Amino acid sequence: MKFLLDDKKRSVLRIVLVALLALFGGLSVSAPAVADSVGEEYSATIFGNVKVEGEPVQGVRIIVDGGGYTAETVTDADGRWSIGVPEVRAYNVTLDENTLPEGIAVLEGGATQEVEFGLTDRVAKNFFIGEGERNETSLFDQIVSRFVYGINFGLMLGLAAVGVSLVFGTTGLSNFSHGEMVTFGAVAALIFGVGLQLPLFVAIPIAVALSAGLGWSLDAGLWRPLRKKGLGIVQLMIVSIGLSLTMRYVIQFVIGGGTEQLPGFDAPKMQLFGAVALSSTDLMSMGLSVVVIVAFAYWLLRTKTGKATRAISDNPDLAAASGIDVDRVIRIVWILAAALAGLAGVLWAYFRPGIKWDMGTQILLLIFAAVTLGGLGTAFGALIGALIVGVLVEMSGLIIPADLKYVGALVVLIVVLLVRPQGLLGRKQRIG
Amino acid sequence: MSSSKKPQKTTDIHIGDAVPGCKKKDPMVVIDHVKKSFGGLTAVDVEHLEIPSGVITALIGPNGAGKTTLFNLLTGFDTPDTGNWSFMGTSLSGVPSFKVAQMGQVRTFQLTKALSLLTVTDNMKLGAKGQNGESIFRALFPGFWKKQDEEIEAKAMELLKRFKLDAKKDDFAASLSGGQRKLLEMARALMTDPTLVMLDEPMAGVNPALTQSLLDHVISLKEDGMTVLFVEHDMHMVRHIADWVVVMAEGQVVAEGPPETVMKEQAVIDAYLGAHQETDLGEVTGRINIIKGEGK
Amino acid sequence: MDWGSILNNTLAGFLTPTTIAFALAALGLAMHFGFAGLLNFGIAGFMAIGGYGYAISVLTFGFPWWLGMLVGILGSVIFALILGIPTLRLRGDYLAIATIAAAEIARLLFLTTAFTDVTGSADGLFGFNTRPDGSGFQNSNPIPAGTYGFGPFTYNEQTLWVLLFGVIVLAVAVWFLWALMRSPWGRVIKGIREDEEAVRSLGKNVFAYKLQALVIGGVFGAMGGIVYTAAQNISPGVYVTSLTFFIWTSLLLGGAATIFGPVIGAVIFWVIQAFLSNVLPELATSGILPVSTTQASTLRFVLVGIGLMLLVIYRPQGIFGDKRELTFVK
Repeated sequence: MKFLLDDKKRSVLRIVLVALLALFGGLSVSAPAVADSVGEEYSATIFGNVKVEGEPVQGVRIIVDGGGYTAETVTDADGRWSIGVPEVRAYNVTLDENTLPEGIAVLEGGATQEVEFGLTDRVAKNFFIGEGERNETSLFDQIVSRFVYGINFGLMLGLAAVGVSLVFGTTGLSNFSHGEMVTFGAVAALIFGVGLQLPLFVAIPIAVALSAGLGWSLDAGLWRPLRKKGLGIVQLMIVSIGLSLTMRYVIQFVIGGGTEQLPGFDAPKMQLFGAVALSSTDLMSMGLSVVVIVAFAYWLLRTKTGKATRAISDNPDLAAASGIDVDRVIRIVWILAAALAGLAGVLWAYFRPGIKWDMGTQILLLIFAAVTLGGLGTAFGALIGALIVGVLVEMSGLIIPADLKYVGALVVLIVVLLVRPQGLLGRKQRIG
Repeated sequence: MSSSKKPQKTTDIHIGDAVPGCKKKDPMVVIDHVKKSFGGLTAVDVEHLEIPSGVITALIGPNGAGKTTLFNLLTGFDTPDTGNWSFMGTSLSGVPSFKVAQMGQVRTFQLTKALSLLTVTDNMKLGAKGQNGESIFRALFPGFWKKQDEEIEAKAMELLKRFKLDAKKDDFAASLSGGQRKLLEMARALMTDPTLVMLDEPMAGVNPALTQSLLDHVISLKEDGMTVLFVEHDMHMVRHIADWVVVMAEGQVVAEGPPETVMKEQAVIDAYLGAHQETDLGEVTGRINIIKGEGK
Repeated sequence: MDWGSILNNTLAGFLTPTTIAFALAALGLAMHFGFAGLLNFGIAGFMAIGGYGYAISVLTFGFPWWLGMLVGILGSVIFALILGIPTLRLRGDYLAIATIAAAEIARLLFLTTAFTDVTGSADGLFGFNTRPDGSGFQNSNPIPAGTYGFGPFTYNEQTLWVLLFGVIVLAVAVWFLWALMRSPWGRVIKGIREDEEAVRSLGKNVFAYKLQALVIGGVFGAMGGIVYTAAQNISPGVYVTSLTFFIWTSLLLGGAATIFGPVIGAVIFWVIQAFLSNVLPELATSGILPVSTTQASTLRFVLVGIGLMLLVIYRPQGIFGDKRELTFVK
């Protein structure tokens, strides 16, 4: 990869690198603590944090029951608790108010509240306790908070969606194995950050670099030879499905069927405004996404290779005829798409929270929804589509049950394909 | 280029003067105020056009004139932005292409669509209309369609013989040469017993040895009572077999009439050759200094 | 290494309700993709609707088993219509994405706790094959109690009844597909697969044919789901996209555009799965493979993925297919 870095580009690169390092460093600051947990043999977990005026309360008894299963635990020195449950369904969580300090009680919702799982197999249940200054969460506050969470989710989806869109634009391939490229990044971060105990600001860049390497090897070892062989688009799509199966189960082979966590996943949520509560990890993720997206946008718009990528997406024959080395650009696109997917995987691991062998598969259709909505083949369309899908998924929780959050995005996907298959930013010829 | 038959030209086709949009004695297709734009570009803008029945009409014009777009509009493969057009008195507005075909129009394609993965015979049999066996429940029981299928096969064999493709009847269409595929497409179109046959550049990509045979077949379509409309660039073919010529340029009809007179019209010459056809191209572009002397 | 037991279990994989269910679903996919060229990646959705339609009719509405099965089939017809009418005009890979999304929506609707009274959500449904009022599938079992068969093909009367039923349904499906494809209707479908415009220009209503193909293939898929469900209980965790991918593998293995290919492909797929699920853990316990037994079980799915890739790259026509006939191969 040689592109001439003039002084202007060099200084931009420097700023980006410093920003990235700061954010990675920030992620590693939140010190992990081990919550008092029970039921670890189960894969689904309900967890929470008991605090009064920002101070953790130890020894508060929490009981979970539902579906014939019951378990209880007490909060640890950091006020944390975690209870494993055998199945993903609704449970009742009770906080034993007798174990709270004098004069403190649950302010809202009662001592027993219901919790439902959303997209993942981990869900948090926190009680508002204190001396009674808490306001009712108004609908407006809920909308705002869901919007913010949706943006957070959408930014992460966007990193993955951009890669899918670029690969489609330059090679015509609908890559069904992109979800596994996301999981790969998370797993790599797990191996280096937890397995080898490296600090996060080292482990995460390594994970991204390894993902980039994965992208390189996939294009070099599989996609380019198949392109040269002249395989049809449908055949390539089915190959990507086989690849998805292979990668998925190799990952399960390596990390097993359970859920692992990256350090700092349970950083305490800070009340920001209204009902919006984000942890330092959430803020770092959002910041990181924005920085990377801006850097990517710069690459796409300003550098020679970025422009070549857009040229190839527009008109591959013309691009090749005007001297662009199409194969080299496609190689770069795969490396970039994989690196972005790997980073998205790390962020997804914090958002879920948790790393599981099929975590990427879970969001593959959401990624396709984002890409289709924005316009297959356009990178900025994919970003916009991802933000819309992210917000839609979170907001739909206001109207439909939490475990159907996904359905909203899927319905949008189908509707877009019917009404405006070129998406928001795509051009009409691409479709029929 | 010549055919082995001498085509019997029909005259007395039009009413009044031979101008763009003139009425015909016996129109089969009537087009009114039809407009089609792509993005900002107007591809077709035809005030009035009537295609006469029972004769061979040629639709000519330079590249980009809108011929294929008009063709697609007439056959229902595209929809105009505005306008009315009718076939044998029935309005075709909003009618999908397969229904237009059922009404008696059939078209061929510039890039031949012989179905390579079917045999020649199957290609032919596909063309027949009103097949019982194509309805899903009757298809299950041969009793409903076997006899009809045999009749269709006999008709197909006759046509294949006429087009000299009978030796290839069990071969996959993929194994035919380009010219043979064109013949197959035309033969298959005839299986639909059409009233109007629309040929999109039938001579395109055909080697000279085959053009004679193709021309003969087009002439015999008229002799069998069908109306033919074809789009072509080949002026010899047009002069040789067309009874009527419609000239398009920049989306509009610029001239109409019998081939001999139409070719000489100033509007047609301008359309094909541009306004400077008497000036040396070098002079027009300013690269050559022509010294004005006698005789020039 | 207990080769005797491995061989026994492998051979048993030839004839199980799951094998028959796969064969039916693969036949449905052959209609969709092999013959009509429709990229349906939501076949698991059709199977789910068939199975749940049957189970819910019996449990919630008290229908007798055969009526419940008809409801399952009717459900799949409606699903095909709802799915097909808007999406059949979409280009290939777009249709693939739309069908996966539709199948996932179906699965999520069966999984959600919102409808748990009817669907059982994550727990699924039980006890609909044998009913206290005698209207269950097993209640109508004509086979006297006992064990039948020999060696690896030993069944009790319940499984035998399911197998008998399944084989009859499969035979009817095979005949149906064969009869259709050698008729003029089949000719039109094959033409559509290759070039819709050409077929339209000959006066055929292409959309109607594609919809018919979608409905028929969908009914086969639903029957696959029903046979699978008649053998045991039903749970949404089965009808994931991996199931669709495994059925695609079975189809491509046998030959996408053939009649017997999908059936044989499904049988071979299951025999190989049975073999691997027995051999691999044994190799692990006996130390030949340096992995744990859970890891060894995961390996067989890795092999399916690799197998699918090799299949579509090097022999996309499968065992019985004719490469010349395939439209998706360049």
